[in-house]
Amino acid sequence: MSSNGWAAIPEPPPAATREAYGPALVKLAEAGHDIVALDADLSASTGGNKLAASFPERWFTVGAAEQNMISIAAGLASTGKTVYAASFAVFMPGHCFDQIRVQIAQQRMNVKLIASHGGISVGEDGASAQAIEDLALMTSLPGMNVVVPSDAVEADWAIRRAAEDDEPWYIRLGRPKLPIIHLGVDEPRFELGRAEVIYLEDHVTLIACGLMVEPTMRAAESLAQEGIGARVLNMATIKPLDEAEVIRAAEETGAIVCAEEHNVIGGLGAAVARTLALHCPVPMEQVGINDTFGQSGPWQALLNEYGLTSESVVEAAKRAIARK
Amino acid sequence: MTSSPLPAIDTDALVDVCKRIRRHIVEMTHAAQSGHPGGSLSATEIFAALYFGGVVRHDPSNPQWVQRDRVILSKGHATPVVYATLAEAGYFSTELIPSFRSLGTELQGHVVRNKPAGVEMSGGALGMGLSFAVGVALGHNLDDLPEDEGHVFVVVGDGELNEGQNWEAIMSASHFGLHRITAIVDRNHFQNDGPGDEIMRIDPVGDKWAAFGWSVQHVDGHDVEAVRDALLTARACTDAPQVVICETVKGRGVSFMAENPAGWHGKGPSDEQLAQALREIDGGLT
Ligand SMILES: Cc1ncc(C[n+]2csc(CCOP(=O)(O)OP(=O)(O)O)c2C)c(N)n1
Repeated sequence: MSSNGWAAIPEPPPAATREAYGPALVKLAEAGHDIVALDADLSASTGGNKLAASFPERWFTVGAAEQNMISIAAGLASTGKTVYAASFAVFMPGHCFDQIRVQIAQQRMNVKLIASHGGISVGEDGASAQAIEDLALMTSLPGMNVVVPSDAVEADWAIRRAAEDDEPWYIRLGRPKLPIIHLGVDEPRFELGRAEVIYLEDHVTLIACGLMVEPTMRAAESLAQEGIGARVLNMATIKPLDEAEVIRAAEETGAIVCAEEHNVIGGLGAAVARTLALHCPVPMEQVGINDTFGQSGPWQALLNEYGLTSESVVEAAKRAIARK
Repeated sequence: MTSSPLPAIDTDALVDVCKRIRRHIVEMTHAAQSGHPGGSLSATEIFAALYFGGVVRHDPSNPQWVQRDRVILSKGHATPVVYATLAEAGYFSTELIPSFRSLGTELQGHVVRNKPAGVEMSGGALGMGLSFAVGVALGHNLDDLPEDEGHVFVVVGDGELNEGQNWEAIMSASHFGLHRITAIVDRNHFQNDGPGDEIMRIDPVGDKWAAFGWSVQHVDGHDVEAVRDALLTARACTDAPQVVICETVKGRGVSFMAENPAGWHGKGPSDEQLAQALREIDGGLT
């Protein structure tokens, strides 16, 4: 299959996307960016404590108080700082949506919200800790950039890219260690609002974000063995969506599958469906969490339980093609 | 329908119950290789006193008994102490305990209402339990429950008190003139990131509750008799909402946890650590 500069990479060491955050903050501070980072009693899990260790004056913890954190972030940003605020995706936006809405989004503050532990892959902590609705909330806010990196390398690119502008961002990171699909790629491939074309084929297009990108690549490889050419787009930016690439995929392949670790309502699939319906309706299938809350369990078992697997993507691709 | 509180047991028996609860806590978090032992061990005497000290009126064979007292875990990560206590009280079989946090189990990582029966409120996001308790107490007033029925106990963490919603709830309980409500603070001085005094100071915490119109008791939270007596006093009080601030140690009963509470907020012990923990627990608090 034609691969857009992709080589098969021998078993890269896995890393969680959240692991990119602390080191990225340190790099930004070392490069002279006027950043300040905030945490809310989860700094070891978000990695914000890494900045605390090397630039203590640039880091504040507010304790378990996410609403306070967000409004403090907005105030800091109003003094010209580039502010990063980190917590778990269930608590930010979950616990502080109104503060984000009014003080970050409406005031268009230079605040980068770093939400770790997104999705059901949080695992054993169970439903209360598993954000399946954060992308719906955040994409609903005018002007908010919403990004879900596929691996730790792309997470690093996105977190540092966010410091280059003064817009509000929401970057969703994850807890489990994942394969690095961008291993050895030196030039950052993350571009805000642009899909990354991983495979360029014509029978069907598979669009994924976050931890579903790697299984979606495997799905394309297994479809290829059956003679089905699957285009694969890594849609790390959910908002602003790369509509041009979605429309091109619809026109050139005529069938779309979206795969995401989020409710099928309000996330990547919803954004793509809207674009298709408005501009180029073609059959579309979704792989995602089917409008239900999660539960406790090992994260891989949960992905299986909720159908977030490469097999589900293969089946969805076949269903979409059959509907052409 | 009438039902009475479980018979109170004497102090020696209470101390034994605490040991059994602590054993379940370390065994459960060992089996799951995750979960929250530190803030469960610190709350052990609190839960033992509530359920076995004749404080809470409840009936394990009839968990939906309308006039029952409610026990609400606001710091919803401390499920091990809740499941251990409910199992010991007869709400479900202790055989379920090793399934803690596994796929399909009733014993979820954070509390889920009615899973198992006896769990009154879903939690896991800090700061919500006191408000829920205010709602329950208002409901019991509307239902004209007799004074000594339907008391609401709510266990909150000291780190949890960082969340502003607590203070909204605390304000509203006294505003609404509620007295059928007792808050219990597990004052173990640690939160997720470390010592509360470094992360976010809450002292003088008793004075703050008092300033918001609550009647405050301070007690050694590992003296199960003292905890029971304070809770009985609070339950009997009819002129203000009550708070019992229990001075505790995160990880109490297991030396390596109590010496490094920040390391044992959310983690299960290894095989060796479990063996040591069980030995120490059987030896009793020193
Ligand atoms: C709204 C919210 N923010 C953050 C967390 C993550 N968290 C879980 S436990 C904890 C610390 C709680 O400290 P404390 O209440 O003192 O509990 P204890 O030490 O008794 O376990 C934090 C921040 C959460 N569960 N909910």
